[in-house]
Amino acid sequence: MRHIVSVLLENESGALSRVAGLFSARGYNIETLTVAPTEDPSLSRMTIVTRGSDEVLEQITKQLNKLVDVVKVVDLSEAAHVERELMLIKVRATGKDREEMKRMADIFRGRIIDVSDSTYVIELTGTSAKLDSFVAALDAGLILETVRTGVSGIGRGDRILRV
Amino acid sequence: MATNTATSMTGAEIVVKCLQEEKIEVVFGYPGGSVLHIYDEFFKQDQIKHILVRHEQAAVHAADAYSRSSQKVGVALVTSGPGVTNAVTGIATAYSDSVPMVVLCGQVPTFYIGQDAFQECDTVGITRPCVKHNFLVKDVKDLAETLKKAFHIATTGRPGPVVVDIPKDITANRTEFYYPKSVQMRSYNPVIKGHLGQIKKAVQLLLEAKRPIIYIGGGVVLSDSAEKLTKLAKRLGFPVTNTLMGLGGFPGTDPQNIGMLGMHGTYEANMAMQGSDVVLAVGARFDDRVVGNPEHFASVPRKVIHIDIDPSSIAKRVKVDVPIVGNLPDVLDELNKLLDDGGKPAEMTAWWKQIEEWRGRDSLRYKQSDHIMPQFVVEKLYEVTKGDAFVTSDVGQHQMFGAQYYKFDKPRRWINSGGLGTMGVGLPYAMGTLFANPGAQVACITGEGSIQMCIQEMSTCKQFELPVKIINLNNGMLGMVRQWQEMFYSKRYSQSYVTSLPDFVKLAEAYGHVGMRIERPEDVEPALRKAFTEYKDRLVFMDFIIDPTANVFPMVAAGKGLSEMILADEL
Repeated sequence: MRHIVSVLLENESGALSRVAGLFSARGYNIETLTVAPTEDPSLSRMTIVTRGSDEVLEQITKQLNKLVDVVKVVDLSEAAHVERELMLIKVRATGKDREEMKRMADIFRGRIIDVSDSTYVIELTGTSAKLDSFVAALDAGLILETVRTGVSGIGRGDRILRV
Repeated sequence: MATNTATSMTGAEIVVKCLQEEKIEVVFGYPGGSVLHIYDEFFKQDQIKHILVRHEQAAVHAADAYSRSSQKVGVALVTSGPGVTNAVTGIATAYSDSVPMVVLCGQVPTFYIGQDAFQECDTVGITRPCVKHNFLVKDVKDLAETLKKAFHIATTGRPGPVVVDIPKDITANRTEFYYPKSVQMRSYNPVIKGHLGQIKKAVQLLLEAKRPIIYIGGGVVLSDSAEKLTKLAKRLGFPVTNTLMGLGGFPGTDPQNIGMLGMHGTYEANMAMQGSDVVLAVGARFDDRVVGNPEHFASVPRKVIHIDIDPSSIAKRVKVDVPIVGNLPDVLDELNKLLDDGGKPAEMTAWWKQIEEWRGRDSLRYKQSDHIMPQFVVEKLYEVTKGDAFVTSDVGQHQMFGAQYYKFDKPRRWINSGGLGTMGVGLPYAMGTLFANPGAQVACITGEGSIQMCIQEMSTCKQFELPVKIINLNNGMLGMVRQWQEMFYSKRYSQSYVTSLPDFVKLAEAYGHVGMRIERPEDVEPALRKAFTEYKDRLVFMDFIIDPTANVFPMVAAGKGLSEMILADEL
């Protein structure tokens, strides 16, 4: 089962490696991991996408909570939530492909944020599945480079993760 | 909340001052370049005693045993680079057994970090997976508060070792000193009280149980809950079994004690655990050496109540019906209080009859031979010390014999590496134990393999006149390895012979101690008596030449179920 775990942790050097080390030491997998400071610069918020049975997820949240730098842990996927991932994709845009790329970006509600004679950089935001579909919809030979942020997630409505 | 009026001090002065504020009496360590400023401050004071070991690993083991054998906190001090890497085994050993300890490490100056400086290593990175927490101090202004946090984290919640890495320039820089009385950390708030609803559910289950068992682990010893646990067990009249780390958590000589369980547990303990309908697990973690194959254990329907301060220990290997997260003394108080309010345990005559039948199997019986049997040595040690010694142990067959044949009535008396299984701890453990308990009888049960892993500490023992009694069960083999090779590798004894052994008597004498070689069963007791009376104040190295074929039984082979034991009399 895919889970999205949100972690609020002290914004201190080494905190990220404690989390990453925990996952590798205990054999848990990380699909994506994003981290950045919050509105309170002393705290970082991390979103981890992982897979595992309920027992494994229970251990993951318990082990994360045990880390001294970790303030709070929530399994976002336990309830209603929103998740987004950002992708920047550089594509070849010449000849008839130039028009086609523009059209594809529009269909997926992406934005072209850099233009050169032969390339576009398209910015696309959405669930990981949407990003995957966009990549699949393009002619693979035209994709020059992709970079993805990994998933960020937040609970819907009154579900709030803060100190 | 400053306790001191502000005065300017160097980082090194602050380190020593903080240790004094923490009432630390003993620091085990080894000097080197990065910690010279700190050592200079030690030189200028006499409130804290510094114990110079012969290898950093021993400093950490000794600090670890200092904690294990008392309610005080062990502190070790090592230099950067190899000082730290030598200390890692000691830190990992303490971490596996949740022992509170603070390890101070020198580091190259902040402006050299990352430049592959002389004796530089990434201390925080290397120790991260084997500490409860670690710190790198980057500003002398943070030093005092960091040390306060280190002691706070090490000793609260599930205890564990904390490493503080201190660069050399930090120990020279000056700042105004104040030591906080307490620290608040929003990210670290260990649970204390157990959930009352869960505790009530537990009481209900306990009173209805027909085949109950109390299963205790190192948590009972570490949290000083032995008395409260004993009160509870007496009140309920249930059989009690303990893990290797739980020895002494409930009196070993009490008829309710059915012995250690697990891989080398007694027949009655393993059968009762497997056959129980309600398990009350107290400060234990159902590890692989205890329940064997978790699927085999789960094949019998039963209710498990699990009390532990660490939520991640609960439901890790075994399904738990009533989890109680909390500090053991508090939870046990609640349980005792609820039981005082009424309720009688269910009828258990049939259960006890069954247990006595299992006990009648006398699974620890062993055959005497012309050689000295290792079990016999431990039995005699128990008699000679009247069951009141601190016993440290290394790792291997001798460790199991110590655990099986010495009956510990008190907690913190059995000092060994249960989780990590570190050979070489025995002698430094005896040193740490003696510093925490001056004048106590301390025996180190070891083997000719283990003892050689930290034998250099005989020199430390001479310097500080530590009257350790070393019980060397010498079979000329790495006994536990040989036992497995005999049983599971068709007697292919690959690398388990220890050849070219030193003459331990001469070796002990060379270090300035007393050496004895004991080869006949009838000489065992007189030798022990002599060591504990005539040579009471000396380190005595007793080299017992034992039967090389002796094996540890009962045995649950790795991956087998608890009731699938191999017994000595079946072979």
